[in-house]
Amino acid sequence: MVHRARLGHPGGDLSAADILVSLYFGVLQVDASQPRSPARDRFIMSKGHCSAALYTTLALKGFFAWEELAEFMQPMSRLNGHPNRTALPGVEANTGPLGHGFPIAVGAALAAKMDHAPWRTFVLTGDGELQEGSNWEAIMAAAHYGLDNLIAIVDRNGIQQGAPTETIMRLEPLADKFRAFGWAVREVDGHDCEAMQKLFGATPFEPGRPNCAIARTTKGKGVSFIENRAEWHHRAPTDAELAAALRELGEDSHG
Amino acid sequence: MADRFDCRVAFAATLEHVAERDSRIVAVVNDSVGSTHLGAFAKRFPDRLVNVGIAEQNMVGIGAGLANGGKIPFVCGASCFLTGRALEQVKVDMAYSKANVKLCGMSSGLAYGELGPTHHSIEDLAWTRAIAGLTVVVPADPAETAQAVRAAAETEGPIFLRLSRFPVPEVHPPDYQFRIGAAAVLRPGRDMAIVANGTMVCLALEAAVLLEREGVSARVINMSTLQPLDRAAILDAARSTAAIVTVEEHSVRGGLGGAVAEFTATTCPVPMRILGIPTFAPTGGTEWLFEHFGLTPRAICAAALDVLETKVRL
Repeated sequence: MVHRARLGHPGGDLSAADILVSLYFGVLQVDASQPRSPARDRFIMSKGHCSAALYTTLALKGFFAWEELAEFMQPMSRLNGHPNRTALPGVEANTGPLGHGFPIAVGAALAAKMDHAPWRTFVLTGDGELQEGSNWEAIMAAAHYGLDNLIAIVDRNGIQQGAPTETIMRLEPLADKFRAFGWAVREVDGHDCEAMQKLFGATPFEPGRPNCAIARTTKGKGVSFIENRAEWHHRAPTDAELAAALRELGEDSHG
Repeated sequence: MADRFDCRVAFAATLEHVAERDSRIVAVVNDSVGSTHLGAFAKRFPDRLVNVGIAEQNMVGIGAGLANGGKIPFVCGASCFLTGRALEQVKVDMAYSKANVKLCGMSSGLAYGELGPTHHSIEDLAWTRAIAGLTVVVPADPAETAQAVRAAAETEGPIFLRLSRFPVPEVHPPDYQFRIGAAAVLRPGRDMAIVANGTMVCLALEAAVLLEREGVSARVINMSTLQPLDRAAILDAARSTAAIVTVEEHSVRGGLGGAVAEFTATTCPVPMRILGIPTFAPTGGTEWLFEHFGLTPRAICAAALDVLETKVRL
């Protein structure tokens, strides 16, 4: 779909894909036939630029027809470059500008706490995104309010738009930072679905503390010539590149 | 002189009242319990007041998240920081998302007086009015403030309530019914119209009295909803008086004057004067600054006579 639209963020899509699949197929209590059910788990895609990965997952889950993916970023499509909750079922928050999803997730988790409701809130952030200060306001607030019903997943692929995160603006020691703010932190292989499902199934990691999973991922995972290359942050594949990528992924070229 | 009231009292009392009847209503503050007058709310509903500390971006995002979780959050803080610091969250998390968040900008305009331009909120109407789908309401007195809070609680969708703490008299008749999107003609008039909102409405009414002494019949319109604009009220004023002065405790760019001018310029152009604040304010108290910037009955009267001259020349 990124190829067809000639637009997109394939590097980040591929690093997040296994995380999304792990959540939507085994963790999140969501029902595509009742996308606004009050008791649903909330998943907030803070890295909204990876909308292609989110849309694909939501379509697989049945929130809308698979065929609609072909309309990605086409004129009047519900599948905008960044997700829009008012247009597309299954989208919980309009994201795109970075550093917005985390505070929204904290608000949702607070609402559940106020109601003593069992549903959980998950937020997926990019790693470079954590350079936005608003995240740290939210991280502080989540610990202050003891939101152990909140699970933040950091897609730690190590590369932001221009270069490695550690070159642009150092994030490490990231786990220690979350811990210092009062979070329970676990590290997980962001491409090991079984490990992630086991981890997300057993929250809170520590009662009374918000949960942070630093998911070690590979930007562009699965396609050798996209993996770990910053230039694929925002670029669509050519016809030849698409064919090569699909061969590597063992797919035929229907997407 | 009529009694004057700090509208925050009506705001806080009404919020408490609506919260009592609707358990979905919660308050979000940024260490501003005192300045928002929500001390009693906090005591009464301790589990329904979220203090985020000094963090406006987080505060608006949390509001959107609470709304996602089924709450009706009133997100309250000094208007200058709430709008300026968190404008992208207001645009994206609230308006574009159609989130049921009630943004309450306290101590707007020049309310902070001597604290200076860092704390003045004279751009907030221009900023919020530029955002699609965001209702913007500027109540003029305690009764209208109370009704606006109630309307915000009962109307689904994002809204910005721009509140002041500068004491104002009652400007509406006792049977006044506030409705989002409806302007109120507080005084009939045929020669020209003064369109004002917020703290400026009482001054506009005083100016109309001065104008009457000059033989000028001035209509006074309280445009308490800035967005969506009551176009019918403006069009009627433009057609039947053909001269308009707008008055706002806000920048002369992009606020009430801008909204009225945009509309009349494309429907029924009439001579206008836009009274407001053209620059960063010098040091001075709120009342002194009103004088300094010509936000007084006398200055409004002078602007009205001036616009009438233009009208006659045309």
